[in-house]
Amino acid sequence: MSDLLKLSLDEITTKLKAKEISATEVAKEALSACQAAQSALNAFTAFDEDKTLAMAAASDEKLAKGEGSLIEGAPIAIKDLFAVEGVSTTASSHILDGFKPTYESSVSAKLWDNGGVFLCKTSMDEFAMGSSNETAFTGPVNNPWKGANGEMLTPGGSSGGSAAAVAADLCYGATGTDTGGSIRQPAAFTGTVGVKATYGRTSRWGTIAFASSLDHPGPFAKTVKDSAILLQAMSGHDPKDSTSLPQDVPDFVAAVGQSVKGLKIGVPKEYRVDGMPAEIEEAWQKGIDWLKAAGCEIVDITLPHTKYALPAYYIVAPAEASSNLARYDGMRYGLREDGEDLTAVYENTRAAGFGHEVQRRIMIGTYVLSAGYYDAYYLRAQKVRTRILQDFDQAFEKVDAILTPSAPSAAFALGSKSDDPIAMYLNDVFTVTANLAGVPAMSVPAGLDKDGLPLGLQIITRALDEETMFKVGAAVEDAAGFTAKPQKWW
Amino acid sequence: MSDHTYRIAGATGDWEIVMGLEVHAQVVSNAKLFSGAATAFGAAPNSQVSLVDAAMPGMLPVINQHVVEQAVKTGLGLNAQINNWSRFDRKNYFYPDLPQGYQISQFQYPIVGEGEIECERDDGSRFTVGIERLHLEQDAGKSIHDLDPSHTYVDLNRSGVALMEIVSRPHIRTPEEASAYVSKLRTILRYLGTCGGDMEKGQLRADVNVSVCRPGQYEKFRETGDFSHLGTRCEIKNVNSLRFIRQAIEFEAKRQIDIIEEGGTIDQETRLFDANTGVTRSMRSKEEAHDYRYFPDPDLLPLELQQDWVDQIRVNLPELPDQKRERFMSDMGLSEYDAGVLAADKDRADYFETVAEGRDPKLASNWVNNELFGRLNKEGLGITDSPVSADQLGKLVALIKDGTISGKIAKDVFEILWSEGGDPAQIVEDRGLKQVTDTGAIEAVIDELIANNPDQAAQVKDKPKTMGWFVGQVMKAMQGKANPQAVNEILKKKLLD
Repeated sequence: MSDLLKLSLDEITTKLKAKEISATEVAKEALSACQAAQSALNAFTAFDEDKTLAMAAASDEKLAKGEGSLIEGAPIAIKDLFAVEGVSTTASSHILDGFKPTYESSVSAKLWDNGGVFLCKTSMDEFAMGSSNETAFTGPVNNPWKGANGEMLTPGGSSGGSAAAVAADLCYGATGTDTGGSIRQPAAFTGTVGVKATYGRTSRWGTIAFASSLDHPGPFAKTVKDSAILLQAMSGHDPKDSTSLPQDVPDFVAAVGQSVKGLKIGVPKEYRVDGMPAEIEEAWQKGIDWLKAAGCEIVDITLPHTKYALPAYYIVAPAEASSNLARYDGMRYGLREDGEDLTAVYENTRAAGFGHEVQRRIMIGTYVLSAGYYDAYYLRAQKVRTRILQDFDQAFEKVDAILTPSAPSAAFALGSKSDDPIAMYLNDVFTVTANLAGVPAMSVPAGLDKDGLPLGLQIITRALDEETMFKVGAAVEDAAGFTAKPQKWW
Repeated sequence: MSDHTYRIAGATGDWEIVMGLEVHAQVVSNAKLFSGAATAFGAAPNSQVSLVDAAMPGMLPVINQHVVEQAVKTGLGLNAQINNWSRFDRKNYFYPDLPQGYQISQFQYPIVGEGEIECERDDGSRFTVGIERLHLEQDAGKSIHDLDPSHTYVDLNRSGVALMEIVSRPHIRTPEEASAYVSKLRTILRYLGTCGGDMEKGQLRADVNVSVCRPGQYEKFRETGDFSHLGTRCEIKNVNSLRFIRQAIEFEAKRQIDIIEEGGTIDQETRLFDANTGVTRSMRSKEEAHDYRYFPDPDLLPLELQQDWVDQIRVNLPELPDQKRERFMSDMGLSEYDAGVLAADKDRADYFETVAEGRDPKLASNWVNNELFGRLNKEGLGITDSPVSADQLGKLVALIKDGTISGKIAKDVFEILWSEGGDPAQIVEDRGLKQVTDTGAIEAVIDELIANNPDQAAQVKDKPKTMGWFVGQVMKAMQGKANPQAVNEILKKKLLD
């Protein structure tokens, strides 16, 4: 691999605009790097070289005329949850085998409109259900970062393939979706930046639904600035998504690097959970100190309903999923397993097509929505959700941003939690709150633990105030001076 | 107990029936409820299906504002409360003609709440039916089972088409009232232009809930609102004609009475009416009923209406059948019966108003109600198929009114219009049908008649009724073209004075 792919998105687009290099060269470089890494990392689910090169050539034409857009010519990896026209789109599920959409998701379409070049589809937990990328039908993704003893680690999930691709310098950015932490946790596990904007800032149209009210498309990037550029490129009102916000997109990139002096940073006591490794605690304290040094005022705050967030999330998300996944019935597209009658076709198709975790969540979701259980589970969970939102509203009366760890641990070994769903679900403990409340949150690499693995810090801000999030994120990035890269073994 | 109580004599005594109807009305709209796909009837299978309707991965619904307006209009036409805050829920079940695996409907918070409409029985008496609610929902596709012995085909053209489900209170007490209710509802919807109302095309379908009870129980229910006073109900699904509604109820009531009288109990269940055999049969029992797992659709925001917008729709509401009937009576002087017949159907009312425009409304009403409807009924034609246009009939009525032709001649002209068409005035002109109002010409004929029939002329003074013979003779002599009034006046003068 040449050093070309080590550049940030900002750097490569500058070079492309300066015509120091062509988009076609960059695309070829990225394609061959991804393909070379595939057997080791297993991060990709589909390539379409012709499409990639055609898009790169189109970018070159524009660049030649000096017409390049925001990310003109930069190869971007796309989580397999986003429909890319004519390219296999499966949500890493067997049930969508062979499915090639005739349409383009709004988020990827916006990226292409802004000059992005489709690079590949990335692996993920099946239907975004998981925190380790181990539920993908195509098997787990290996984190480019290895354990202290060389053991294979999870890149986190569900957007594990995208996180791994960015961490291994195989692309200049990637899309993910964050339903309970599926961007921020893998970002933390791979030393990358991951952003989940305000709910509705990025369109969900053309993105395969997991839990509609919680799904947030967003970017993975190498730097905070890159993440701001990518979010800028993928945001905006979409009339095809009724929950899309009819708001203008602020200049996120301009916020990066602005002073944080005088900002009030909340530190919620409820995020000090039992059994959290001391190193996470230390990383958090470092973050607090950095921001204090940058002129922020640190304020102890309380988010009293935090402990109910995870249970509420694991009711609402499966409930919506059980309904969203009903369309995978073997009738119109994807897998179909025949049977002697209609019910048998449904049962055979869905039994063969869905993996265990997806089946588990469909069962949970079906149960909590059932007559007689709806009030006790779904309705109560929605009430908790309202309380979580109130917690944030009250906190944001006092502070401008909240700083927490992104995940309760560093990347863990593949297989170490796959038999224990509850332990797996606990990965989302710091991230689900922002999904339930719909507020923006990002993970920024903050340092390495004693095993040399990256740790992330999370910055949460008010709805629609991504700019403050990017300001604080950049300040953390700046202070952390995180430059570590996984040693190349793939 | 009113005169209209419907009693069924059972072996153990009398029974009454109680009904509530759920009517599904397809909203008049060029596009579906949540997708831009077209909605034309009779299009090739699966030719009107968008990615949303086929539930492709990642597709999302977006509400069609026109449909919302139609629902509000309908709510106002049903004298109902408009809920400015309503919500869409998902009703989850698996079926191949339901691609999403759920139907988007309004379960808990419908767009329209309580209302009521006044309906009319065949004898002209009226009764009021309470409307519980109206909500918007998606139609499913169509499963076609009879094209192949081992396969079912699915046509998704209808998938996602907007329906209004209009739920009545159990205020309907006879099979006749049930059909009168649906008929009135259909009239209102057609007046509003919110539903085509064509039951054959499936634009209007009724689910009929039927239960039986002993005399007196219904009154207790109405007093208390307590459903336990009523019997267990069965729902007859998707009945698609007024005649079938009456037949299905009659059969179902007897079936339930027989079961109870034999010591059995009624199971709450969903039944289907078989139009070929006239019986209802069980479709699924309460135990087999789906658990629909309703929950708010997270892809859609709650539907919030601005009061100004609703008020604007109210202001622009067209005249409704009851208002029209009143106006026909008060402004046009029609009888209640004639006004009711004309107002009961939008097309008829429109036809009549064109005929009556600037003309004698009573004469227009007589011609439309008697001559035209009589002839149409005889030929089995509807008003929109009439060979004689409202414009033609209006001109004909004008010719009668201004004395150009007599009523009798007008019937001949009507026949010509019916079979050959043309302009009434031209027909009268070309065929020399103009009424003779020239008293000199009439006098000459009368003088000749009196001269030739002196005895009969003398008789008239004693028996004035015999003057009719002279009238007939004059008309005969003048090929019916003599102005009858003028004939009468001249005869009176010559024979009675």
